[in-house]
Amino acid sequence: MYNCLLLMIKKLQYGIMALSSLQKWFFRGICSASSKPLHVCVVGGGPAGFYTAEKMLKAHKEVQLDIIDRLPTPFGLVRSGVAPDHPETKIVVNQFSRLAENERFSFFGNVSLGTSVSLSELCDIYHVVVLAYGAESDRILGIPGEDLNGIHSAREFVWWYNGHPDCKCVAPELKTTDTAVVLGQGNVALDIARILLQDPAELERTDIAEHALASLRESSIRKVYLVGRRGPVQAACTAKELREILSLKHVQVHIQEADLVKSPLDEEELKRSRIQRRVYDLLSKIASSQPSDHVSCERDLHFVFFRRPASFLPCNDANKVCRVRLEKTFLKENGATGRQSAVGSGEFEELECGLVFKSIGYKSLPVDGLPFNDQKGIVPNDRGRVLSNAGKEPSNFVPGLYVVGWLKRGPTGIIATNLYCAEETVGSITEDLQQGALHPHISLDKPGRDGLLHILQDKNIRFVSFKDWEKINTKEINDGKLKSKPREKITSWEELQEIATQ
Amino acid sequence: MELKRMMEKGLLSSFSRSLHMLSKNIQGSLNLHLQPLGIFGRREYLSKAYFDGDKGWTSSGSIQGAALKSGKAELQTTGQRFSMLMESLKRRHFSTTGNGADDQKNEKEKISVTFVDKDGNEKEIKVPIGMSMLEAAHENDIDLEGACEGSLACSTCHVIVMDVDHYNKLEDPTDEENDMLDLAFGLTETSRLGCQVIAKPELDGIRLALPAATRNFAVDGYVPKPH
Repeated sequence: MYNCLLLMIKKLQYGIMALSSLQKWFFRGICSASSKPLHVCVVGGGPAGFYTAEKMLKAHKEVQLDIIDRLPTPFGLVRSGVAPDHPETKIVVNQFSRLAENERFSFFGNVSLGTSVSLSELCDIYHVVVLAYGAESDRILGIPGEDLNGIHSAREFVWWYNGHPDCKCVAPELKTTDTAVVLGQGNVALDIARILLQDPAELERTDIAEHALASLRESSIRKVYLVGRRGPVQAACTAKELREILSLKHVQVHIQEADLVKSPLDEEELKRSRIQRRVYDLLSKIASSQPSDHVSCERDLHFVFFRRPASFLPCNDANKVCRVRLEKTFLKENGATGRQSAVGSGEFEELECGLVFKSIGYKSLPVDGLPFNDQKGIVPNDRGRVLSNAGKEPSNFVPGLYVVGWLKRGPTGIIATNLYCAEETVGSITEDLQQGALHPHISLDKPGRDGLLHILQDKNIRFVSFKDWEKINTKEINDGKLKSKPREKITSWEELQEIATQ
Repeated sequence: MELKRMMEKGLLSSFSRSLHMLSKNIQGSLNLHLQPLGIFGRREYLSKAYFDGDKGWTSSGSIQGAALKSGKAELQTTGQRFSMLMESLKRRHFSTTGNGADDQKNEKEKISVTFVDKDGNEKEIKVPIGMSMLEAAHENDIDLEGACEGSLACSTCHVIVMDVDHYNKLEDPTDEENDMLDLAFGLTETSRLGCQVIAKPELDGIRLALPAATRNFAVDGYVPKPH
């Protein structure tokens, strides 16, 4: 009798367990089948933001996604970073623009994180917030004289010739000197050297900003030094850009044969990397080739290796740079990583110049309420999931907050790097959704786009929609046609906003 | 008959496209900057000779060299497409065999290509001779990225040729293609850019793998050691 009762109770227990799992399954089914939208906000409309948006919308049919950007124009560095004479690299905006045809997507230009809307407000109105706002500041050298006139960051110069509305006034003085020094040997450094030494006539049919073209026509720059801390084996540029700079008309490229000597560690490095191998081969070719006699070379480009800047010195004008003091370096292996670092040798030399560009790296800016690793200049994260407590133990994931792009990885890589970066972050979001890591946060009703519109209305902020951007786009293209340029960029905040709000 | 007509149309358009690009490349190599005709639409097969139907000549710095190189490739492609077109026309107007044999011959003007995605899923498609793998992928809804739309300015259409024999039947990549392959993720010994692999009869049965997005991609575009 007693056993019967036990058996009945066990059966009841099984029954109840079965019923509850059935219920869970039922509800999960309901949730995914329901049209309850998942509201996502991506902060930053560059390649990282757009690739993330594309992948989120594709992977999740219930997602309603907004991209916000502080500029009235989307596409980030594709518009303001890629050099004007690299139009094919900008073709990717066609793919990004197709996103605008998706009803579940909206673009909000002229909306700035921090001023127009705060991070906590965004987290309140959206289920998922992905930060993709990149790196809008610069690494600094921290050496004496860095504040002298005539010293610019690469980012400022690139923004200037690309017509970024924030850099119209930071115009470099190109008429007062014949020598410019570029610190760094990455592709951005090569872009700067190329824009400075290129015949301005070659830039006339590109989308370079008009004020930059006018200034370059009157430029007196004839010599550019590309200075790197390490050797040709470690040069950060890539083959395509190097090949391009070699084919510049009227520009003689100089490399010292002595710099090309390879150590056994250098040989190891070259064996491991195809990119570095091909770059080193190109640099060796330059060093061994004779200057062409039949073409007059009015301009010179010098690759300077194994030198790091120690200080900047003024001459007569105490506020303007006229010399860079460089310390010779040698390479030393850094632990077991195989990576070689530059170490100062104590020997110094000076280079006369009137213009300096620091192309040593961009840096991200922190935002109120956001964990930030100041040393690396990134938001601490695990495959895109933001970690609280600056990544130190004990750390937790901040639910619903993710990062992608330069803010996540640091400011390096090409446009396509963001493709894989976005895939990883979207993968983390998908995993979190499926495993319920975002409960109960995700099941709350959030206003999403409507909430953002409400906030912007309250603050009287006139945002720029994608259709508004298309008005700017059309005007730029039409103005460009008059000058045989792909577009004539509009470079002032006022004019951009005026056209967008027509 | 419909299929034949469509095939011919496809051949004709791809042939005339080739001819157009070829003439532009010849102009480029002779350093002539003629006005673009702008006949073709957006999906034009752009070569590295910097001729764009909408924008005209864009970068004149390295036009000569690039134009000459891709001109040579264009010449080959144009030649192939011309002979394919002639074959198709010959068969259409002079063939005395029945429909069955015609259909068989139609099949030969397309090759079979199998795409394998990073999860191992396979999709076999038919690609007309002369079409690039990138174009073919997009026409068949295969997830192959093409950020620069075939203008040799990115590496997103990177594919891995799974059979070494087929890989060896391809022409060597140009410097421009190699420069872009440098930056491709998951690069291997038989990697190529999908926009530069053009369908030809010898490639029938070719299998192309889409590279797996590596989790630990390094930030500086560093490519893992090829294996």
